[in-house]
Amino acid sequence: MIRIANGQGFWGDSLEAPLEQIRRGPIDYLTLDYLAEITMSILQKQRTRNPRAGYARDFVDMMERGLPDLVRGNVKVVANAGGVNPEACRDAVAEAARRSGVKGRLAIGVVAGDDILGRLDEMLDAGIELNNMDTGEPLKKIRSQVQSANVYFGGASIAEALARGAQFVITGRSTDTGLALGPMIHEFRWTADDWDHLAAGTIAGHTVECGAQCTGGNCQVDWDQIPNMADIGYPIIEAEADGTFIITKHSGTGGRITVASIKEQLLYEMGDPRRYITPDCIADFTTIRLEQEGPDRVRFSGIRGLPATTMYKVSVSYAAGFKAVGTLVYAWPDAYKKARAADRILRERLGRLGLRFERVQSYFLGVNACHGPLAGEPSPDIAEVALRVAVASNEEAPVERFTKELAPLALNGPPTVTGLGSGRPKVEEMVAYWPALIPKSAATPRVSIAEVSL
Amino acid sequence: MPRIPLWRLAHARSGDKGDTANIGLIALRPEYYPILVREVTASRVKAHFEGLCLGEVERFEVSNLGALNFLLHQSLDGGGTLSLRADAQGKTYSSALLRMEIEVPDEQLPKDSLSS
Repeated sequence: MIRIANGQGFWGDSLEAPLEQIRRGPIDYLTLDYLAEITMSILQKQRTRNPRAGYARDFVDMMERGLPDLVRGNVKVVANAGGVNPEACRDAVAEAARRSGVKGRLAIGVVAGDDILGRLDEMLDAGIELNNMDTGEPLKKIRSQVQSANVYFGGASIAEALARGAQFVITGRSTDTGLALGPMIHEFRWTADDWDHLAAGTIAGHTVECGAQCTGGNCQVDWDQIPNMADIGYPIIEAEADGTFIITKHSGTGGRITVASIKEQLLYEMGDPRRYITPDCIADFTTIRLEQEGPDRVRFSGIRGLPATTMYKVSVSYAAGFKAVGTLVYAWPDAYKKARAADRILRERLGRLGLRFERVQSYFLGVNACHGPLAGEPSPDIAEVALRVAVASNEEAPVERFTKELAPLALNGPPTVTGLGSGRPKVEEMVAYWPALIPKSAATPRVSIAEVSL
Repeated sequence: MPRIPLWRLAHARSGDKGDTANIGLIALRPEYYPILVREVTASRVKAHFEGLCLGEVERFEVSNLGALNFLLHQSLDGGGTLSLRADAQGKTYSSALLRMEIEVPDEQLPKDSLSS
């Protein structure tokens, strides 16, 4: 049995969770997911400004703090912290290791080759269409706006890095599930056509990829009875070579792992549950058998898989115009009526200025911002309502002007208004995503191992 | 037949993939699952989300988990990074679905239920 812990559900998750996973009990592997779609384009911009940047800096800080315990406990780390510059991330980790005071030798593996930004035109010329897999549109529609393009690699190349002796594996764009599957492929010698076991490892990875979202975080069942959320434990997979596994957490930590909390996470971001497609296999979620084996322990068995497809998924990000969001708060009495009046006045002023937007949306926080028309009418006596107005345009100028039209309402609109303390809204550049497929023959993971002497 | 809100029978979690929101709806007890299968159809979910979901609704049965998975296409104003909505990723659509009222025969009502 091997213990694979997740210590990071997204870039922005708890900085302490990875260290707690290392320090509060035995684990064999620590997996960390840093990349969301939005992250890749941000990192690409950072690398454009500085060729040594473009990776998750939080990971380097974590490694510096955690290294003594990682080395003492012989814990291996797998992280997609490399972003668009995994080699630079590796070098930064090596420098952090020298600063940490740990002595000895480290082997740091890198999985690269996912960044195909520089090869897009070559691929198009070779007849790889990169059509949008949702809409069917050709890439040339947005080619000039492209900011990043990355292939999702799976667990197999992570397993290769581990087999070649890496203690720490840093990847570029890899699937979230592959971070946990890779160690299982390596430890259990699962072959590339062992579909049932690969599906089991994929489902284990899916269960823990959002960190504490399977250990009581966001859980709706008896949410106010879940103990000690301030010290919530992050998930640990106790994986067996036969493809069964248990999801648990360190003893003494808060949160709760039940069949209910696990089911919620299994269905999170789910498409067709019979065909959960990854580069490694297709996992069938309708074959999972769950069992509460003990407190905070849920056992998985019965998982079946299907052969992987011949394609890799690619995520292309591209510039898609500008947006801004502003908020004003109206207090009792007539809070909702005032907020709606302010919205009408603002829109009329934007119209008088001749400003054109592709989209304008208004919501009333406290009334209908989450559930829209399903929320119904608020009490006429409601204590306060926040007006939230958002605009989007392909041009920056009208959005910029919008940000200057909200503040005047503090003095020249309906009464009892506040909430402008943080100043004018900011104009944000929007980034959109273009999902596409390429043949697996068109991109190859590049695995390298660097020996670092400390 | 008594009508009760779905939250008496089920819990849920929602997320996003592009402009599609997904909602996993999970029976609180195994005996409630057939009620969900019968009552919470794709077309009823589409009607429930009128004004929020502009595309089709697909439903998948996950009987081993006592759950249904719904895909609500064109529901996020273009998707996570483009959306102007406060809930750009549909994270609260889970409880929005649990507002739905369904008809349940007396003998199948939750024991603690007060029918309305």
